[in-house]
Amino acid sequence: MWQIFHKLGSPKWFFGIASALMPWLLGIGVALFMTGIVWGLVFAPQDYLQGNSYRIIFIHVPSAFLAQSVYIMMAVAALVTLVWRMKLADVFVRSAAPVGAVLTFLALFTGAVWGKPTWGTWWIWDARLTSMLILLFLYFGVMALGAAISDEKSSARAVAVLVLVGVVNIPIIKYSVEWWNTLHQPATFKLTEKPSMPAEMWVPLLLSVLGLYLIFGWLACLRMQTDILAREGRTRWVKELVQARGN
Amino acid sequence: MHPIRKKRLTIVLFLLVGVSVAVALTTYALRQNINLFYDPSQIASGEAPVDVRIRAGGMVEEGSVQRDPESLKVEFKVTDFTSSVLVEYTGILPDLFAEGQGVVAMGRMDGNGRFVADQVLAKHDENYMPPEVNEALDKAAGKRAAMPAAAGESSAGY
Repeated sequence: MWQIFHKLGSPKWFFGIASALMPWLLGIGVALFMTGIVWGLVFAPQDYLQGNSYRIIFIHVPSAFLAQSVYIMMAVAALVTLVWRMKLADVFVRSAAPVGAVLTFLALFTGAVWGKPTWGTWWIWDARLTSMLILLFLYFGVMALGAAISDEKSSARAVAVLVLVGVVNIPIIKYSVEWWNTLHQPATFKLTEKPSMPAEMWVPLLLSVLGLYLIFGWLACLRMQTDILAREGRTRWVKELVQARGN
Repeated sequence: MHPIRKKRLTIVLFLLVGVSVAVALTTYALRQNINLFYDPSQIASGEAPVDVRIRAGGMVEEGSVQRDPESLKVEFKVTDFTSSVLVEYTGILPDLFAEGQGVVAMGRMDGNGRFVADQVLAKHDENYMPPEVNEALDKAAGKRAAMPAAAGESSAGY
């Protein structure tokens, strides 16, 4: 079992797997995402209270969902970096962080745009919004710390510790709306109950979330491949690969 | 697993547990500051300070909204179905403001148990539905002619 795990850590092996997966991730991801978005924005029914303005949910929820999932994935990779010193895990953390930051920004931005007409304010320091802003700063911190230390190994360890410490924020984001009084409403999707919206609303939402997951997977593979090529530029397999592609 | 890796894993787990405990204690100690608003029960029991800027949140009580025909002044009761507090506000209310909807008002308590607000925000719940479904629900509730019970039920989502 451990052998498979270590093989996973081989950059060369990963490079090949990623190349094979990427067209599928992108193709299915874009198809699902576009179906969900078009269905949600054009064909889903209006909300009885908010009318059409609730439709921003089809962008807000997928980006907020992914922003947190990406951080959890990064935390798992950080654990692997610290315990097994696997280079590929660090490559993933670095590749995913800017994508996560963009998604978090998108969630905050669409939330502000949504909050203005529904709540009457585009920003309020409630627990959900504040913890989400902390997530954005955590992503920035990970990117800055990774860029600030030039030694590859110590940089990887420092980044991994920061990512792991920051993972405490994720349950706070998730449960902020239940632990404290907030302006943000509780989650519409619950693990144990039916979603508090009809199927013609939650199905397109689910499709766009799944689609965005796959698109993230594609983007992560692409960024990881680039990082691997930069790091392993002197090894034989990369030189052979470049020659093979060059001809 | 290799003993060195086991040791590293233990250290990392200790780090995580330590940080979690520290954050949990901090947020627990600051819980009153993290809460965005006081609910009417807390205000009624005197937990909310007088003459300090606070927020009050709850449902706008059915039939309690009174608009001054001469100005933008409006009075309404905010309730959590246990106690309620009278809110006074002058200004434009958000579109979603309605009886039976959640609101968060910012302002201060005057000495007489009235809450003088300078900002009112609408709070909506996590339920979304098409207008036709809502109409059908309203009709069904009207047939049952049990309006207070229906209002109580809908508070569960808030």
